[in-house]
Amino acid sequence: MTMTDNRQNTVIGTRQLRREDPALLTGEAKFTNDLNLPGALHLSILRSPHAHAKIVSINTAAAKSSPGVVAVYTGAELQSQWAGPMPCAWPVTADMKNPPHFPLAANKVCYVGDGVVAVLATSESASRDALDLIEVQYTVLKAVVDVEEALSDANIIHEDLGTNKSYTWNLKIEATEGCVEEAFQNAAFKVSERYVQQRLLPMAMEPRAVAAVPQPFGGDITLYSSTQIPHILKVMAALTLGIPEQQVRVIAPSVGGGFGSKLDVYAEELLCMALARKHGLPVRWVEERSENSMATIHGRGQVQYVELAADKGGKLTAVRVRIKADMGAYLQLVTPGVPILGAFLYAGVYDIPHAYDFSCDGIFTTLTPTDAYRGAGRPEATYAIESAMDALAREMNIDPLELRKRNFIQKEQFPYLAFSGLTYDSGDHLQAAEKAAGLADYVGIRAQQAKQNVPGAKKRLGIGMSSYFEMCGLAPSRVLASLNYGAGGWEAATVRVLPTCKVQVVTGTSPHGQGHETSWAMIASEKLGIPQEDIDVLHSDTAISPLGLDTYGSRSLPVGGVAIAGACDKVIDKARLIAAHQLECSADDLEFAGGVFSVKGSPDRAVPMAAIAFAAFTAHNLPDGLEPNLEAQYTYDPPNFSWPFGTHMCVLEVDTETGQIEILKYVAVDDCGVQINPLIVEGQVHGGVIQGLAQALFEEAVYDTDGNLKTTTLAEYLVPAASDVPSITTAHTVTPSPTNQLGVKGIGEAGTIGAASTVINAVVDALSGVGVTYMPMPASPQNVWRAIQSAAKAM
Amino acid sequence: MVDITVSITVNGTSQEKDVEPRTLLVHFLRDQLQLTGTNIGCDTSSCGACTVHLNGEAVKSCTVLAVQADGGTVTTIEGLSKDGVMHPMQQAFMENHGLQCGYCTPGMVMASIGLLNENPNPTEEEVRLGLEGNLCRCTGYHNIVKSVLAAAKK
Ligand code: FES
Ligand code: FES
Repeated sequence: MTMTDNRQNTVIGTRQLRREDPALLTGEAKFTNDLNLPGALHLSILRSPHAHAKIVSINTAAAKSSPGVVAVYTGAELQSQWAGPMPCAWPVTADMKNPPHFPLAANKVCYVGDGVVAVLATSESASRDALDLIEVQYTVLKAVVDVEEALSDANIIHEDLGTNKSYTWNLKIEATEGCVEEAFQNAAFKVSERYVQQRLLPMAMEPRAVAAVPQPFGGDITLYSSTQIPHILKVMAALTLGIPEQQVRVIAPSVGGGFGSKLDVYAEELLCMALARKHGLPVRWVEERSENSMATIHGRGQVQYVELAADKGGKLTAVRVRIKADMGAYLQLVTPGVPILGAFLYAGVYDIPHAYDFSCDGIFTTLTPTDAYRGAGRPEATYAIESAMDALAREMNIDPLELRKRNFIQKEQFPYLAFSGLTYDSGDHLQAAEKAAGLADYVGIRAQQAKQNVPGAKKRLGIGMSSYFEMCGLAPSRVLASLNYGAGGWEAATVRVLPTCKVQVVTGTSPHGQGHETSWAMIASEKLGIPQEDIDVLHSDTAISPLGLDTYGSRSLPVGGVAIAGACDKVIDKARLIAAHQLECSADDLEFAGGVFSVKGSPDRAVPMAAIAFAAFTAHNLPDGLEPNLEAQYTYDPPNFSWPFGTHMCVLEVDTETGQIEILKYVAVDDCGVQINPLIVEGQVHGGVIQGLAQALFEEAVYDTDGNLKTTTLAEYLVPAASDVPSITTAHTVTPSPTNQLGVKGIGEAGTIGAASTVINAVVDALSGVGVTYMPMPASPQNVWRAIQSAAKAM
Repeated sequence: MVDITVSITVNGTSQEKDVEPRTLLVHFLRDQLQLTGTNIGCDTSSCGACTVHLNGEAVKSCTVLAVQADGGTVTTIEGLSKDGVMHPMQQAFMENHGLQCGYCTPGMVMASIGLLNENPNPTEEEVRLGLEGNLCRCTGYHNIVKSVLAAAKK
């Protein structure tokens, strides 16, 4: 039963301004690099200028005598510091190949930016200046840049593995053996497409920063890091450094965006900790932007082969997918699992038979490691199926919206047991699509197109759409086990009512822009009937919130928020016993509303939460055997993923002479179930859409054939500015999730998942009349112009 | 290199400090005055996270040497609120959810005030163009633009 079923929410669903904002708006908030740590040493890292090379010799003598330098270490010199290699928590197959990866390279470097030498100095400028004095001799080896060429094993990166392939992961589901192949043989229509998910740089505006503060005589160490995952980091750092876990405390101060790029255990965190312990002093490091572009994980990086089979009415009969996924040089925390998170979504929002054949190769290259980036596997999958649906519509010569309508899972089919064995919790795809079509004036645009897109037209009009499903709220622990993931997917919460009836909510989620403090206080206020301003939310410090699995994968609300509701329930249950004791009635005779317990039918026999909180504190008169204090801890393991969905539409014009694209309208209809705070939901959609649109139109990590990254700064890597992007029309449908008591689903990644294919489908739609059927991302003016030219030649 | 003494009025207080000639204004503010509200997001003067007001104009403080600001007046994000009340632009950002992680925010607010000083009644397009030098990765700009337009109406 959802909260909306049994009574009217008064707090949940209202547009509350964020309590986080004043500190952030006035400069009061402290990011990691803002911390004042007197006496701290500064770490700088000399990085490899080569994509692939053997280290022949390193001379650090001059650097060691540079002013302010305290110590200089090579990878070989630090090797004894590590109890084990850097962690990969997701061995997707039993035979997955995972080369040992240490914070500094000892014998060879495998990407431009790989750490080689660490310098500690008394100031940041002294440590950076000393980098220039280090001489490293390399024997340069051939770079491996192209993920498909890497598979030939002509140049093996990690010799001990004997191959550049890390793993092959399959998901083949057939009602009867061979039915996928049969479906393709019998198909009235089929399409076979190749798409490239270019590498992206996450580019959180706050570069990463780390500070490790040791307690030399106690052995404890505190790590401050600009991270999304203080809890996971604590366990992993303890294991990698061989420090007892209870001696490690991790704090994520204000964190300036993550988008997955701070969901990792990084070399610099481990180096700061190891060197802080070695020197008995705080050690800090801050990333320069150009370092960030090489030493922080990249996103996407997949080549996708997608085939759809359909009957003569356009109903899908089979889906076949082959993925070549670029792991980069090493496996970071969840690198191999990213494409697997998309593996279940290549049938999109469509009702398909048990005829699905997915296979993914994870492949090493000599490039920066990839890992989770906003949506992680799911934007890629959605892009592929939604682009292929448009290709199928062109093949059949029918309207792409009509084709989707023929294939949508119908609302009556939910909860829907999918081919994959996963259950989609709730949905109404037709409603979302029709709402988007109305807002985008789909019919009107089609009519205008017929007039405007005449032969020779300079500006061609296009409309594109994407209907998406997001598998989020990571995740049911048992499902993660079946995917070989190295941890669970629960979330923990503690709700503590203080003697004066003020409340502390302790969460294991770790916000970095999502407004959890505001939303979690709203949930607790709704549940407990205590005003929001009396509720404080504590997070992101493993000493204050010892249990948690942090923030990623649109999990915070559908897992962490639901955990808070569950902890509130336990508090209310205990309070009810105290209330019954005070009112001398049976607990079953009490009802609870607005923060007051009252006897059913006699509302004047009542006791407010404040009286109960104080009674629980004094413990003078509690029921026999009841523990004092009013506090409850609750850990929620979700029974299912949550499945947000929606339809996005984009209307744009393409200038066929310049290749310029002008977006006329972007409509996002999203359904994340019950919304806690619509203001925050909209903000998440806006940001997500622009990140997806940026992949479609602007962004690409460009490498040359030697493996040099050509886009290392914000001048070269085109993160869009306000002037590059449109306003967004947001709208919602509300289909509560039946699997959790709040009826909520996640919304952090939805915008990104829907956007890239929406925009590219619109570009192709605009240009299909001039023969363009494929548009590589980013659809830069140059790429658009080229596509038009080559289509003209082919016609 | 010998240090140079600079005298800069920051948020109304006169500050006399010795700086290395190569010290950027942003480092002077952050490291010598502990005014860490001004953020650093890049090394190519592309992001605008470091925007402050120098002699009344919005500048990227990573493009100005501290010695160039000698004798000048600087306002940082810490100097905007008066008597515990936020500046109308700060309030407009709060009321319109114009920030998420808040890292671009100090620079964005300073740039937005600069924009309205020059053009008190901008159109949406003028706001978008005016904020071209300030990058935000979280908000998609929608609510930032809305915030600035709302502040213009205050
Ligand atoms: S720090 Fe990026 S413009 Fe100044
Ligand atoms: S609010 Fe995060 S970068 Fe703008």
